[in-house]
Amino acid sequence: MTALISIQGGAKRFVKGRETITIFDHLDMTIEQGDFIAIMGPSGSGKTTLLNLLGGIDRATAGSISFAGQRLDQMNEGQLSAWRAANVGFIFQFYNLMPALNAARNVELPLLLTSLGAGERKRRVETALKIVGLAERAKHFPREMSGGQQQRVAIARAIVADPRMLLCDEPTGDLDRKTADEILSMLQLLNKEMGKTIIMVTHDPEAARYASRVLHLDKGRFVEQVAA
Amino acid sequence: MSDFTLILANLFSRKLRAALMLVAIFFAFLIFGVLAGVQNGFDNIGDSGSENRLVTTNKINFTQPLPLAYISRIRSVEGVVGASHANWFGGYYQDPKNLVMTFAVDPESYLNIYAGDVALAADQKAAFLADRTGLLVGRKIAEKNGWKVGDRIPLNSNIYTNKNTGKQSWEFTISGIVDPAREDGSTDWAIFHYDYFSESVTFGQNTIGYVIIETADKALNMKIAKVIDEMFANSPAETATDTEKAFGQAFAAQLGNITLVITLVVGAAFFTILMIVGNTMFMAVRERTREIGVMKTLGFPSGRIFKLVLGESLMLSAIGALPALAASAGLLIWMKKTVGMPGLALTAPYVALGVGIMLALGLLTGLIPAWNALRLNIVTALGRQ
Repeated sequence: MTALISIQGGAKRFVKGRETITIFDHLDMTIEQGDFIAIMGPSGSGKTTLLNLLGGIDRATAGSISFAGQRLDQMNEGQLSAWRAANVGFIFQFYNLMPALNAARNVELPLLLTSLGAGERKRRVETALKIVGLAERAKHFPREMSGGQQQRVAIARAIVADPRMLLCDEPTGDLDRKTADEILSMLQLLNKEMGKTIIMVTHDPEAARYASRVLHLDKGRFVEQVAA
Repeated sequence: MSDFTLILANLFSRKLRAALMLVAIFFAFLIFGVLAGVQNGFDNIGDSGSENRLVTTNKINFTQPLPLAYISRIRSVEGVVGASHANWFGGYYQDPKNLVMTFAVDPESYLNIYAGDVALAADQKAAFLADRTGLLVGRKIAEKNGWKVGDRIPLNSNIYTNKNTGKQSWEFTISGIVDPAREDGSTDWAIFHYDYFSESVTFGQNTIGYVIIETADKALNMKIAKVIDEMFANSPAETATDTEKAFGQAFAAQLGNITLVITLVVGAAFFTILMIVGNTMFMAVRERTREIGVMKTLGFPSGRIFKLVLGESLMLSAIGALPALAASAGLLIWMKKTVGMPGLALTAPYVALGVGIMLALGLLTGLIPAWNALRLNIVTALGRQ
C-alpha cells in the first residue's frame, strides 16, 4: 500500500482572548490508499478539526499535510478548492443537501466544477444514484425524503466526481441503528469494491466496526486499534 | 444544471418571499416607465409642429392679452409669410371635468398656417369659414361627446360670459371634424371664429391671446423674433416671441415641474425598494450560510460563489424590472390613444435609463451579501446550525 495522505508535526491552536488553546500538537499520521479509518475520541478531542485539516477546509497552525505528494499546507484558497473538487467527497452528519435542489441536482452539484458536458453529467448522476439505490427518487427534494435517503443522496454527491478520498463526519449520527447500518455497509462497499479511501469521524463504536482501522484521538495523541 | 438554473433555484427557494420582492420591484419600474413616458410627452410638446413657426405672447405672461392691431404690424415684418392669432376660451361640455381645449381664432389665416398639420374635408372647411358660429373639432373629442357635423352644441367657458345670453354657455354648430395630418400629430382641440368671440364677450374685445407666425425660413426665426419684440418694446403690451415648441412647453409647465415630480416619486419608490430588497437579500443569504459553506467545501471557489449570489440579486432585479418596463410601454401606447398626447412613449433613452437603474438595483442589493459569501469561512459556516 502507498500513503495517500499524511500529516507530519501537525498542530492546531486557537487563540481565545489571552488564552491559546491547543487542540493537538506534533501530530503525525499516515493513511494509505484504500484505508477505511474510523477516528474516535471524546468530545473536544479535535476529531472534526483533524478531518477539516485533511479535507483542506481548515489550515494547520504548524506542520505539513501531503496528499499523494502534493503539499496542501502550501496551497492557496483557490488551489485548495480545486483540489477538494477533484479528490475529496464529503459526507456530513446532517446531510447538508441544498433544499432548493432535487436529488439529481444535488448529486450533480460537484460536477459543475468539472468540464463534463450535460449528457455525461446526467449519466454520472444516474449511476451514482443507482449505486446508493435511489434512482427512482431523482426528482424528489430533500424535504420529501427520510434521513437515511437524504444521507444516501449525500453519499451519491460525494462519489459522483469519483474522488479518491471520502471524509465522513458522524455520517450516522442522525440516523436510527438499522438505517445507520445500511449507510455504513454502503461505505464499506465503496471502500472494498471501488477502492475509496475513507476517513470517518464517529462517536459510535458500532459504526467504527465497519472500518479497517480505528484511531483513538486523546489529548492530542493517537492510540491505534485494529477494528473488530 | 448550470449556474443559471442554480441561481434561479436559490432565488425561488422561498417562493412567497421572492414573489413579494418581485411585485415590489415590478411596481417601482412600472411607475418609472409610465412617468418617464409622460415626461417624454411633455418634452416633445410642439415637436410635431413646423420648425418655422413662432409664437408671440405678452411679455408679462401668456395669460395677458395683446392688442388685435399687433397682428397687422407683425404680418408686415420682413421674413414673415403668415400670421394668425388665437384666444384661450377655456371650454368644457356639460361637465367642467369634460374639458374641450377651445380657441377663438382668425379662421382663414389659422387654417392656412396649420394646413400641413390637419386633415379637413374641403366642404367642411368652406362651411366653417362661412359660419360665424361654426366650430371645428378634433375627431377624438367629437367621438367622445357623440358630435357629428351639423350638430348644434353648447360649450361653456369658465372665463367668458356671452353678453347676448348673459350666460357662460355658447352655442356652436359643428362645421367640421379634423384629423391630424401626421401620425405624431394631435387634434385634441376645437376652434371657432374670433369675430363671434370678440363681439360676444363682456370684456377683452379687440384683444388677442397670442400670435402664431410662419417664417420664410427657420434660420430667420431668431432674427424675426428679435425684430418683433423690439417693435413693441416700451409699449403698454410688450411682447415675447419664441418658437412654437418653447411656447407649448411653457404652457405645459403650468401643470407643474413634471421632471421634479418624476424624480421625487421614482426616487422615493426606489429608495424604499432598495432598502426592502437589500435587507431581504441580506437575510436570504445569511439563512443560506451553511449551504454556501457546503458549496465551498465541495470545491466551489469563492469568486464563483460571489458571482452566484450577485447573479441572484441581478436576476431578481431583472425579472421584476424588464416585464415592468414592457408593461409601462404598453400602458403608454394605450394612454397615447386615450389622451391623445403624441409624445407619450417609453423611448430608447428612457429604456436604457431603466435598464441602468435595474442593474444598479441588482448590484447595490447584491454586493454586500455576495461579499459576505465570498469571505465566508467554511469551518464557521459548517458550524452554524
